[in-house]
Parts: sequence; C-alpha cells; structure tokens
Amino acid sequence: MKILVPVKRVIDYNVKPRVKADGTGVDLANVKMSMNPFDEIAVEEAIRLKEKGIATEIVVASIGPAKAQETLRTALAMGADRAILVATDDAVEPLAVAKILKAIAEEEQPALVILGKQAIDDDSNQTGQMLAALLGRPQGTFANAVTVEGDKVIVAREIDGGLETVQLALPAIITTDLRLNQPRYASLPNIMKAKSKPLATKAPADYGVDTAPRLRTVTVAEPPMRQAGIKVADIDDLVGKLKELGVA
Amino acid sequence: MQIYTAPLRDMRFVLNELHTDDGFGDIPALADFTPDLTEAVLTEAAKLCQDVLLPLNRSGDEEGCTLENGVVRTPKGFIEAYKAFTEGGWNALVLPPEWGGQGAPEAVGKLVEEMICATNVSFSLYPGLTNGAIAALTVYANDTLKQEYLPKMVSGEWSGTMCLTEPHCGTDLGLLRTRAEPDGEGGYKLSGAKIFISAGEHDLTSNIVHLVLARLPDAPKGVKGISLFLVPKYLPDAEGNPSVRNGAKCTAIEHKMGLKASATCQMLFEDAKGWLVGEPHRGLEAMFTMMNAERVGVGIQGLGIGEAAYQSAVWYAKDRLQGRSLSGAKHPDKPADPIIVHPDVRRMLLTMRAWNEGCRGVSAWVARALDAEKHGAEPEQRQRAADFVALMTPVVKAMFTDLGLESASLAVQCYGGHGFIRESGVEQYMRDARIAMLYEGTNGIQALDLVGRKMPAEMGRYLRSFFHPVSDFIEANLEDPAIGKMVAGLKRAFEALQGATAIIAERGMKDPEEGGAAATDYLRLMGLVAMAYCFAKASKIASRALMSGSGEAGFYKAKIDTARFFYEKLLPQSASLYLAIKAGKGSVMDFAEEAF
Repeated sequence: MKILVPVKRVIDYNVKPRVKADGTGVDLANVKMSMNPFDEIAVEEAIRLKEKGIATEIVVASIGPAKAQETLRTALAMGADRAILVATDDAVEPLAVAKILKAIAEEEQPALVILGKQAIDDDSNQTGQMLAALLGRPQGTFANAVTVEGDKVIVAREIDGGLETVQLALPAIITTDLRLNQPRYASLPNIMKAKSKPLATKAPADYGVDTAPRLRTVTVAEPPMRQAGIKVADIDDLVGKLKELGVA
Repeated sequence: MQIYTAPLRDMRFVLNELHTDDGFGDIPALADFTPDLTEAVLTEAAKLCQDVLLPLNRSGDEEGCTLENGVVRTPKGFIEAYKAFTEGGWNALVLPPEWGGQGAPEAVGKLVEEMICATNVSFSLYPGLTNGAIAALTVYANDTLKQEYLPKMVSGEWSGTMCLTEPHCGTDLGLLRTRAEPDGEGGYKLSGAKIFISAGEHDLTSNIVHLVLARLPDAPKGVKGISLFLVPKYLPDAEGNPSVRNGAKCTAIEHKMGLKASATCQMLFEDAKGWLVGEPHRGLEAMFTMMNAERVGVGIQGLGIGEAAYQSAVWYAKDRLQGRSLSGAKHPDKPADPIIVHPDVRRMLLTMRAWNEGCRGVSAWVARALDAEKHGAEPEQRQRAADFVALMTPVVKAMFTDLGLESASLAVQCYGGHGFIRESGVEQYMRDARIAMLYEGTNGIQALDLVGRKMPAEMGRYLRSFFHPVSDFIEANLEDPAIGKMVAGLKRAFEALQGATAIIAERGMKDPEEGGAAATDYLRLMGLVAMAYCFAKASKIASRALMSGSGEAGFYKAKIDTARFFYEKLLPQSASLYLAIKAGKGSVMDFAEEAF
C-alpha cells in the first residue's frame, strides 16, 4: 500500500519568532526553517509502516516556496521514496492545501494519508480534516497509536479525557499527535541517497487550484509582556482579588 | 552551563565562501558533495551532536570509566550514543567507499569533527582512534588483513587503537621494548606493556583492533628497528566473527585530569597473536601516516572546545546580572546589568570568538588541501597541497590546542567564582582541553617539527605553499577601499614572519639550539599570520556581500567586526613574538642549570 505524507516548511521550533516592524507578519528573513515537527512524526510513522512490510511506497508532498525542496529532501533522507513539490510563493491557507492534496491523492491513490495535526507556524489544525471531507474518507485525528489490520486502520486518538480508539476503513486520513512516535535521525547513507530520489515539481495550476488567500491579515503583533504576579495574604484576599478581576 | 549550537552559518561560510580561490581548484572526485548535500549532512550531524552527545558530556565526566575484572565500562549512555552514531554512518563520513565509507571531503569531515569535539570530546576518541587505525591499515596492511578487518572497522562494529607509548618511552620511540617473535604460522607472538592507550578496552564494540609497535628478534636498535603489528582483542573465526580471546589485556585505567569518559588504558600483551602490517622495521613510517592525520584531528579538538566554551560564556555573560555598566545603567528596569556590558568581559568573549573563527578559517583551508592532496586532478596540485598540509599540521595541532585551553580558561574567568564550581560545566572544558596540548606529540614537539623539519624541507618549498598565496593577496588588496587598512596590518605581520624565518634559518644552520629556542614563538607567529590572512579574506567577502545588499547583514557585519577585533587586539602579538625570536637563545641557554 501507498502512503502520502504532506510536509510543511516552517520556522524552526527552536527559533524565537519576531514580528516584522510593520506588523504584516512574522519576520522569516534568514531565519532557520525546518520541517514542521508534527509532519516529521507523520513521516516517521509512514516509514515504520514500511519497515513492518505494510506500506510499499511513501510519497511526500509539500506546497510552498521552492526552498521547501530542502524539507522534502529531509523527508527523503529519513526514508520516504519520492517527493512532489507544488511550488507557490503565495501564503497558502488550509483549504487551498487540502484541495491540492485532494488532487494529488486522486492521482496517487494512497491507502493512507498521514498529516501532522497542525503546523507550528499558524497552528490552524484544519488541513487533515478538510482533506478527509473533500475526499469523503474517514479520519482519525490526533493519533497516539496507529495499527493497520487488513483493510482497516485502528487509531488511538488523544482527546481531552484520555484516549479514544476508532477503527477506520481504508483508504483513510490520519493526523499525528506529539506522542505517536519519536522521529529518527537521518542516517548519513540515507542523506546521500536522498539526493538521487525523484522529486517532481508542479504548480497549483496543474491541479486546477487557486491558492489566492481567502483571509486577510489585519495586523500581527507580539503577545503582551507577562505582568509580574502579586502575593496575597490569605485565602480571603485571594478570593477577593479574583472577584475584583471578574474571574470568580 | 554547557551550551552548544553548531555554528552552521560560519561553517557554511568557511566551506563554501572563504576558500574558493585557494589555488587547489575544483576537485572532480568530490563534485557529488554539492552545497545542498553538505548542508543536509551538517544539519543532521549538528542534531545528533546536540541531542545525543552533548547531554552525555558532563555526566560522562562525573561518572568516568570503570575497570572490573579486566572489563572496562564506559559511562551511562555511551553504548546507546555509540550505536546511534555508527548506525547513522557518522564514523564512516570521510572513509573510503570501497570499504563501506561515505567518501565525503575532509572539508566537510573536519566540520563534523568540530561538532563532535565541541559536544563530547571524550566520546570523539572512540571513533577517532578507529579512523586513525583504518588510515594506517588502508595504506600498509596486506589484502587478507584488509578484507578481514576493514569492513567491520569502517562500519564501527569493531574499533581500533594505536599502541605506541610504554612506561619508559614516550616521545623517544627508539627506547621501545615490546617484542614480537614469529609463531611459525606466519603470525607473531607479542609481549610487552603499553600505557596511555585510548579506547584500549571498552564496552562499545564486540572487538578491538590494536595496532602495536614492537621489535622483531633481529631488529636493529633505535627507531629503525620498530615494526607495526595488528593484534585483535578476539581472534576472528573462519566466518570472521570474534572467537578466541587473545592475550591483550587491560590491566589498569589511568586516573586523569580530564577526558574522563574516554578509557585510557594500560595494556599488557602476553604472547598475543598478531600480524605484521607493512614491512619489517618500517613500523614508525606506518604509524606516522596515522599520526599525521590524527594531529590535525587533535587541533580540531582544541577548536571544538574553544567554541563550546565561547557559547557557554556568552550565555552566562548575558544572563548574569551584576553591577552596573561603567557608563551608566543599561537595563534600569533590572536590579543590575548583565555582565556583558563590561569592556573586560567583552574583551574575553571577543578573544574567544576571534580565536574560534580564525582557527575555523585556517582548518577549512588545511582541510581543502587534505582533499586536494588525495583527489587533486594534477600531480602539481597534489604536491602543493601535500606541502601545505605538511607545513600546517604542527601549526594546527599546537596553536589550536593552545587556544582551546585559553578559551576554556577565559570562559571560567567570565563565570567568576562559579566557573570554578563543577556544576557550571565550564571547568570541564579546561580539564578536557589540556590533554590535546600533550598527546600525538606535545606542542613543543610540534614546534620543533615545524622549525626543524618543515621549514627547511625541500629548500623551503613547503614554506612557499603558504607564503606565496599570502604575499599575492597582500599585493592585490593593499589598495582595496574596504580592507586596505587590514591588509596593511597583515603585511606587517607577514614581514615579521619572513624576518623571523630568515633569522632562524641563518642561526639555526650553525646552532640547532637557536631553532629550538625560537620554535614555539615561531609556530604561533605563523599561526597568527594564517589567521590574519583568513580574516582579511573573510572581510573582503563580507564587505562585498554587504555592498550587494545581502539579506544576511547581521552575519557579515559580525564577521568584519570580529576581524577588526582580531587585527586591533590580537594580531599585535606578532610584533612581540618577532622580538622574542630575534633575541635568540642566549637568555634561555645561558642560565645556569644549578640555578634552577
């Protein structure tokens, strides 16, 4: 079976983001970029399914700037087989990404699409769900454990109260949560091999999708500085303060 | 606190921007290693070093290695780290593809080595010694030995050692006593004691391959009677798997000042089965193949520790609030200013930074030459590269390790009293850095190698491989509006170096003690000029990048500012070194021995 894993190039999770002086967005000039950590978990899960002999081919796809090639190469170095770059300089939104992924899925016919539950740059948490709806396929989001059994996949999902187990008929959509696995380090021989693995470059128009943003960013600002706390004398004082603030 | 993020931007700079016109040309054999591939390699190596090796640095130092019933245990986590390291293929980065290596350029390999040494220099010894042994076996071993041992050593399944030193014989290998008798089966029986054997015994690999210097029964006295033998811990069976335990045992592990997670062993060979590597009585030559490659590697240890010390000190200097800036409070909202506001703290931080960037520039140049020596297309190109490597090896080894210790000491100084406390992490850098000035030939021996062997070699041909590019650069750039002032400084330092060379050549011819008395100063002077050259070139590239509106203004501006600090505050040492050399041996040798 084939697995499709979409990956996004985002600001590195170690970097402290800074807002552009004019408030139009986050400053990405010369900032370290890497693969969205949730997508790394998705790639790792696909590779583990391949190592178990369940998956036969892993296709990774990215929709974004030409530089997203590096992110795809990272996925190839981890162990994916081939890559598709849908190159666009637009700031793509979840719906446009989901539409492009739908077209890729129709072309590639993967039994599983494994996505990160959200990207750490905009934290949308929408693409996987939208893709499932557009394709009319079952979805197992926030996966904590994934087991493929015949033509079904069992997904333990992280929910507020603990874990919920769902069984989905393949083909299906999965989005990964943080505790699904620990992504591997790419080995040196695989980094070298990744260079010669196939990487196809496409444009959104090839899939008939218009990526023009539907949302307008009004302004982007740093979160307000955290205020210092105050010491309270006793419980009554605490309750009084909470009432004052209107939270109790 | 031990802080380290691989300086990937500067590494890319020295790899792809700084030495493009070094005269060693494009090396077709290495064309596969494009910038985007090396970028992926460096990024992943940095991840492994930062996430796996760095967390084991302090715990490994606290725990150390233990010996019980002849079995050495490495500190907690080392087995897993070694597994991750070798499974990732990192030990084989620059090793030959015919034996399973990745064949990457030394220019990339040395940068990865720097990261490994910065994050865990003790760990670096285990794969490091193996690579040295592989280098000697690749050149001198016969095909049977190669087939039997190289694939498993290249994969990291087995490790290697080099056994030279004996209790009574360190620098002077002519005194060596370990004996090898033919066993009548084409092999030899080795008997003798060795000390200071890094990775002589440990629990990371299923077999350990010792390369041992010993004397055959008919051996002439002195260094011309030493042969090299391969002695495995376990003799391989017919399938090549470790089977019978050989008579090579660890009798003790040394109690050391630093480098505690590296098992430094006393080894006893008792009728240990071994095989001759190379020709009888020619062992020293084979060992020096290994030794020369190792010396550049030891220099990189100094650089790695210097960088880790710098980053740890910067973190502290920004974090530690104490007193106020001399020119008035810089952070009135806080109870005190961070100590980075103080000129003397900044002097220390910039000194470390300049040493690190300077050394990285020089080592990238030498690494380019190592690649050109091996893979250069033209014989003339290979020769020039070999000359340059031979000349610079003692400089890299001695100067980098001296400066590594200096940086570690400055980091302790930045921490104040806390630097002296183990938990601060920086005192470990000082203890770990100290050994690099001693092993693989003390820094004094490196200076003698430079002055006694390398300087006069081939009527000064080695020297010309360095002097010519520097004088060409000075001539071409004295009038450059951006760096002309810097180049004038380079010119003065270079003239001091030329002057010192002439003095030593003239006096040393009549009296070798004159060369000996000047050697250490001369080595540093040459190293300073090499760094000055790299900084001037870097500033030229950086100012061009800034003029063309580079998006990386921060990086390039800092490059120029670091160069300026180097030129104004550190390079002036070249003038005093020249004067000390010029003063000659008198004050050193006239002093009465009984007055000491």
